[in-house]
Amino acid sequence: MPKAGSRRSPRKPLGEAVILFLLVAFAVLMTPRSGRGASLPCDRPASLTGRPGDIARGQAIVADRRRGLCLLCHSGPFAEPRTQGDLAPDLAGAGKRWTEGQLRQRLVDPRCFAPETIMPAYGRTTDLVRVATVFAGNPILTADEIEDVVAFLVTLRQ
Amino acid sequence: MMSAMRRGLTSAILAWSLADIGAAADIPPDDRRSGTTVMGPALQAMQNDDSGNPAGLWLADGQALWDERNGDADKSCADCHGAAATAMKGVATRYPAVDPVSRQPIDLEQRINLCRTTRQKAPALAFESRELLSLTALVARQSRGLPIAVAVTPESRPFIDAGNALFHRRQGQLDLSCAQCHDDNWGRHLGGAVIPQGHPTGYPLYRLEWQTLGSLQRRLRNCMAGMRAEPYAYGSPDAVRLELYLMWRAQGMTWEAPGLRP
Repeated sequence: MPKAGSRRSPRKPLGEAVILFLLVAFAVLMTPRSGRGASLPCDRPASLTGRPGDIARGQAIVADRRRGLCLLCHSGPFAEPRTQGDLAPDLAGAGKRWTEGQLRQRLVDPRCFAPETIMPAYGRTTDLVRVATVFAGNPILTADEIEDVVAFLVTLRQ
Repeated sequence: MMSAMRRGLTSAILAWSLADIGAAADIPPDDRRSGTTVMGPALQAMQNDDSGNPAGLWLADGQALWDERNGDADKSCADCHGAAATAMKGVATRYPAVDPVSRQPIDLEQRINLCRTTRQKAPALAFESRELLSLTALVARQSRGLPIAVAVTPESRPFIDAGNALFHRRQGQLDLSCAQCHDDNWGRHLGGAVIPQGHPTGYPLYRLEWQTLGSLQRRLRNCMAGMRAEPYAYGSPDAVRLELYLMWRAQGMTWEAPGLRP
C-alpha cells in the first residue's frame, strides 16, 4: 500500500501543495462566520404567524422611530424627511424590488443577503452580545409586528 | 505556466481578502475630523470661548479644588504639582496610560482618584460627580491645542488591541459595532443626525442635551444604550480599553477639551 502522497509526481513543486492548503484555509476563514448566517434561507414565503399582517399597523410601526427604528437608517414616503436616515436604501419601491418572502427574511434575519450588513435582525434573539437587560431574550419586533411590517412594505410599489 | 497561475491565484486571494476587509477599513489619518467640524460656526465659537463655554463653571470649581487641602495627608494638588497651568500641560493627551503598579490602563479620572487615595489619603471621587469632572476638566484644559499622544509601548499595546476588538465587536439587541457607524458610515445621517467619526478630542465636554459636563465614558454609555447593549460599568477594564483605543485612533489630532456639543 503506497503511503498517502507518494503518488504525487516528484516534479510537482511543494509550493503548489502549500498554495492549495492556503487556498482551502482561506476559503474556510472567509466563509461567512459560523453562526453568522452561513446557511440561512434567503426567502421565507410562509407567514410567521400563519395569517397575513395588518397594513395600517405595519405603517405605524415603520413610521415610529422608536418602535420600528427603520427610519433611523432608511428614508421613505413618510413625514419629516429631514429626520430620516441615509445609511440604507429608500423604502419607496421596496415592494417592487423584493418579494414578500424576501422582505420577511430580510426583517427576520438579513444576514443571508449580506453577512456584515448594518441592518439588525428584527426576529432573532440568539447570536447576540451584551444585550441590555431590559431587551434580553426579546426580538426587536414580535412575529405579529414583523408580519404587519411585511404587509405594509409589500404595498410600497412606487 | 505554474508560476503565472500561482501569481494569479495569489492576487485573487489578496483581492478577496481586501474586499472582505474593505467595508470595515479604518479612517485614513488625513481624513480624520473632530466632531467639532460637524457643528455650526456659532457652537464652534462658543466651544472655543472660555467665557461662553459653560464648561468654564467647572474649570473654576476645578481650580478651587486644585488648591484645596484634602484628606488625611492634608495636601492639595498644588502642594505637590504647583500651578495646574504649567504642571498639567500635555498630561491629558497621554491618557489612558498604563499604571506601572497595577499594569492596567487607567484614564484621567482614575489617575486623579489614584492621586487622591494614595497621596492625599482622601476617598476616591465618584465617576461623573461634579468634583471629579471639575478636576478632570481643569487638567484637560491645560492640553488644549496639543496633539493627542498616548504611549504605544509593549505594555500598552495589548490593551489598545483589546479596545480595537471591542470597537469592532457587534453588540446589543441591534447587533451593531462602533466601527459600523464611526468608521464605515461617518458623515451620513442616523435619523436626522450626522454620524461623527467618534474621536474623543474634547472630553470632558458640555453637552447641551445633558445640560451638564460629562465624561467620555458617559458618552460611550449613550451609544451603547442606542445599540440596546448593556453599557460598560464606569471605570471597568472594557470601558478604559475602549477609551484607550479611541485615543490611539485619534493619535496626533488636536486636543480640544473641554469641548461643547449639541
